[in-house]
Amino acid sequence: MDAKKRDKLATIIIYILVGIVVLILAGIVGNILISGIPHLSWHFLTSEASSYQAGGGVRDQLFNSLYLLILTTIISLPIALGAAIYLAEYAKDNWITNLIRTTIQILSSLPSIVVGLFGYLLFVVQFGLGFSIISGALALTFFNLPILTSNIEEAIKGVPQEQREAGLALGLSNWKTIRGIVLPAALPGILTGIILSAGRIFGEAAALIYTAGQSGSTINYADWNPLSPTSPLNVMRPAETLAVHIWKVNTEGIIPDATIVSAATSALLVIVVIVFNLGARYLGNKLYRKLTAAK
Amino acid sequence: MQDLKPSYIKTFAKDDLELSTKDLRVLYGGKVQKLFDASLQFKEHTITALIGASGSGKSTFLRSLNRMNDRVAKINGEIWFHGLDVNQPNINVYELRKNIGMVFQRPNPFPKSIRENIVYALKADGQNDKNELDRIVEESLRAAALWDEVKDKLDKSALALSGGQQQRLCIARALAVKPEVLLLDEPASALDPVSTSKLEDTLKQLRSRYTMIMVTHNMQQASRISDYTAFFHLGHVIEYNSTAEIFTNPKGKITEDYIQGSFG
Amino acid sequence: MDNKDKLKEVVNQAIADQQVPHVKLKKIGPSSVNIDKLTKPSKETHQEYWGKGLTYLAIGLIIILVVSIIGFVGYHGLATFTNDHVNIFHFLTSTDWDPGEGKNHVGAAVMIVTSFAVTLLAALVATPFAIAIALYMTEYSSKKGANFLQSVTELLVGIPSVVYGFLGLTLIIPAIRTLFGGTGFGILAATLVLFVMVLPTITSLTVDSLKAVPNHFRKASMALGATHWQTIYHVVLRVATPRILTAVIFGMARAFGEALAVQMVIGNAVLMPYNLVSPSATLTSQLTSQMGNTVMGTLPNNALWSLALLLLIMSLVFNFLVKLIGKKGQK
Repeated sequence: MDAKKRDKLATIIIYILVGIVVLILAGIVGNILISGIPHLSWHFLTSEASSYQAGGGVRDQLFNSLYLLILTTIISLPIALGAAIYLAEYAKDNWITNLIRTTIQILSSLPSIVVGLFGYLLFVVQFGLGFSIISGALALTFFNLPILTSNIEEAIKGVPQEQREAGLALGLSNWKTIRGIVLPAALPGILTGIILSAGRIFGEAAALIYTAGQSGSTINYADWNPLSPTSPLNVMRPAETLAVHIWKVNTEGIIPDATIVSAATSALLVIVVIVFNLGARYLGNKLYRKLTAAK
Repeated sequence: MQDLKPSYIKTFAKDDLELSTKDLRVLYGGKVQKLFDASLQFKEHTITALIGASGSGKSTFLRSLNRMNDRVAKINGEIWFHGLDVNQPNINVYELRKNIGMVFQRPNPFPKSIRENIVYALKADGQNDKNELDRIVEESLRAAALWDEVKDKLDKSALALSGGQQQRLCIARALAVKPEVLLLDEPASALDPVSTSKLEDTLKQLRSRYTMIMVTHNMQQASRISDYTAFFHLGHVIEYNSTAEIFTNPKGKITEDYIQGSFG
Repeated sequence: MDNKDKLKEVVNQAIADQQVPHVKLKKIGPSSVNIDKLTKPSKETHQEYWGKGLTYLAIGLIIILVVSIIGFVGYHGLATFTNDHVNIFHFLTSTDWDPGEGKNHVGAAVMIVTSFAVTLLAALVATPFAIAIALYMTEYSSKKGANFLQSVTELLVGIPSVVYGFLGLTLIIPAIRTLFGGTGFGILAATLVLFVMVLPTITSLTVDSLKAVPNHFRKASMALGATHWQTIYHVVLRVATPRILTAVIFGMARAFGEALAVQMVIGNAVLMPYNLVSPSATLTSQLTSQMGNTVMGTLPNNALWSLALLLLIMSLVFNFLVKLIGKKGQK
C-alpha cells in the first residue's frame, strides 16, 4: 500500500472514530433528556420521595443538593483562594513548592470514595457528627479544594505582571496589590472556576453516601431556624442528594418506578450541569468584557 | 576581549546628590550576573538617561533602585538615598517606593476609572478627605499635562485612553504619592511620535521638582531631554558624563562606537 | 560637514530646546523625605504580614488534610495485618473473601484483578478513540469543528457518574444480557461505562499534548514530501508520545477510583471473573456496598479499610508514574 492510500485510510478511520463518539454522546444525552424530561413535572420537583410506592418526587433531595453545594462553596472558597494566592504570588520556585504542588495533585487524584470514607472516619465517627449535612459538606470540600485551587491559581496567573508592578511601584504592599488589583482583574476567571466546580459538587455521590448519608429526615419547610431539628437549614440532619438518590433507588430498588425516578433525576442533574457550564462561560465573558470595556 | 573598564564616571558634590549607588551587583537565579559593580551618582532635579544595548543591564540597574527586583534577583552593594543605605534588609520597601516612584515600559493603568487610578494608593494609605483627593487628582493630572484632555471624563475607564494618555496617567499616578525620584523604564517605547513628544515635554516640565532617571533606547530622546547620560555595556557602566559631553565627545572607544552606530 | 559635527549640532540644539517653563506644584510636590519612616514598619508591613500569613494558613490546611487522609486510611488499612494478623501475601493472592468468618478468609485477589481488568480494558478501548478525536481536533477539523468537539468532551466530563451508572444499568446491561445471556453484569458492562467516563479525560490531555508540538515540525515534514498521515504518525505522535502516555495514566487513575458507576453494573459478587460477562467486584464497589454493613474496629471493617488503602496506594502510584514520565520527557 503506498503512502497516499495509507494517508486516505488513516483519515477515514479517524473520521469514523470521531463519528462513533459523537453518536455515543448524542445517544447518551438524548437518552437522558428524552426518557427523563417527560417525567420532570412540577409535582416531581415539589413532592417528597416515596420509600416503597410509585409516584414519589425529589423535593428534599433537590433542596439538599443545593444546600450542600452552597455550604461546600462557602467553606472551600476562602481556603482555595488563600492557597491559590500563595501558589500564584508567594511560592518561590524551589523544592518546597514542588512538594506542595505534588500534595495538591495527590489530593485531586484521590478516588472520591476514599475522600468520602476519610470524612466518614473523621467527622461521622471520630467527631461524632453522625451522618449529617455538615459531614457531607466537609467531605465535599476536600474533594473540591484541589480543583478549585488550581482554577483560581490559573485565573490569578492570567493577570498581567504589569498590573502587579504598577501596584508595588506605588508603595502598596504585595497583599494590597493582590487584593485590590490582581483579584478584581482575575474575578471573571475565578467565578468561572467556582461555577465549574459547582457542577462537579452537584453531581458527586461517592463522597456523600458515608458522610451526608443515604436517607433523609423529616423536613419542615415552614421552620427556618437552623437549630431546630426539622429545619431545612439544620446542618446536623442526614441528607440524601439527587445523585445519591439515583444510586440508592437503583441499588436497593424498592420503589416500583425506580427507572422513571432515576431517569427524571438524571435529566435534572444533566440539565443543571449544562446550565452551570453555559452559565460559567456566559458570566466569564460578560464580566471580562465589563472589566476591559472601553467606556 | 573588550576592555570593560569605565572610561569616565562623573561625580557630584555631596550636597547635590539625590541618589547614588556604590558597587551595585545583580545576580539572577543565583548564577547569572547581570550587573557588575555599578557606582553612579544622580544629581537632584536633573534627568539622567541610561543608554546601552538590550541586555546591557540598564533596566536591571533601574529596577534595583526602588527594590523592584528583590523577588527575582540578588542585589549586592549600596544604594544611598538621603544618607541612608536603602539596600538593607531592615528598609521598609513600601515607604521607599513611595519616595522613589516608577513608570514602566508599557502603560499599565489599573482597570479602574481615571480618578480611581490616581487616588487608589492614597486611599490605601488612609487619605479619605474627598476635597483633598480631588485637588491631588487635578494637580497630578495637570503636572502630567493630561488634565485638559480628561477633566470631563474622570470617572470613565482609564483603559479607554490612548496609549500616550495612559502613560501620562501612569506618571500622574506616580506623582500623586509625592515621590522625590521618578524612575522611567523606556516610558516612550510603546508610543507614537506625537505622544512621545508630549511625554517628553511633560518630563522636561517636571525636572524643576523631581529627580528623574530614565532608561531609553532612543538616542535622540536621550539628547533631547536628559542632562546626564550613563552608558551601559554587558552589565558594566562604561561612561557617565553630561549628555552634551557623552554624545559629542565620548571618552571611551565602546561609547563612541555605540553612539555613532545608534544615532540616526 | 562630517558626521561628528552634524551630531554635535543636533545635540546642542536638543539641549538648547530643553528650556521650558516650570510647573508649580503644591499638593503633590515632594515634601522633605522623612528618613525615619524608611527604617520603621508601616501599615503596609503589617498588611503584608497578615495577608501572607493567611495564605500560609490556607496552604497549610490543605497539606495537613492530605497527610491526615494518608495517615488515617493507612492506620486503619494496616490494622488488618497488625491487629488481626492477616498475612499480607495471603491478602493479595487469595480469592477467598469472607472476613466475617475469620482471618483466613481475607483474600482480596478478586477485587484486585477485577479493578485492574476494568481499568486496563477501559483505557485500551478509550485511547484509540481519544487519539482520533484529538487528532481530528488539532490536525484535521476547522476551528468550528474543534470547538464543537471541545464542548462535547466538556459535557461528557460534567455528567455525574451515577448518571453513567444508571445508563449502564438501563441500556448496557439489557443489551449484554440479550447478546451474551447471563445477567449482563460484569467486567464488560463496567468497561463500557468507564470507557465513556475516561474518554474526555484522555482526550483533553491528548489535545494539549498535540497542541504542544511546535508547528515547524509539521512544516518541515510536509516540506520533505511526507503525506499528512506520515507527518502525524512519524512526527506529531512521536513527539507527543510521553504526554499522551500521561493522559492515558490520568484516565486509568480515574477509572481505577470510580466507585458508584462501576458498583451499579459490576454485579457485586466476590467471584473471580471467568469471562467478561460474569458478575464480579472491584475494590471500589466492595467498599461502596459493604462499608455500611460492618462495625468499626472488627475484622470485616478493617479488611475493607485495607481495600481503601490499596486504592490510595494505587492513586499514589499513578501520580508517581506521571511524574516519572514527565521527568523522562524533559531529558
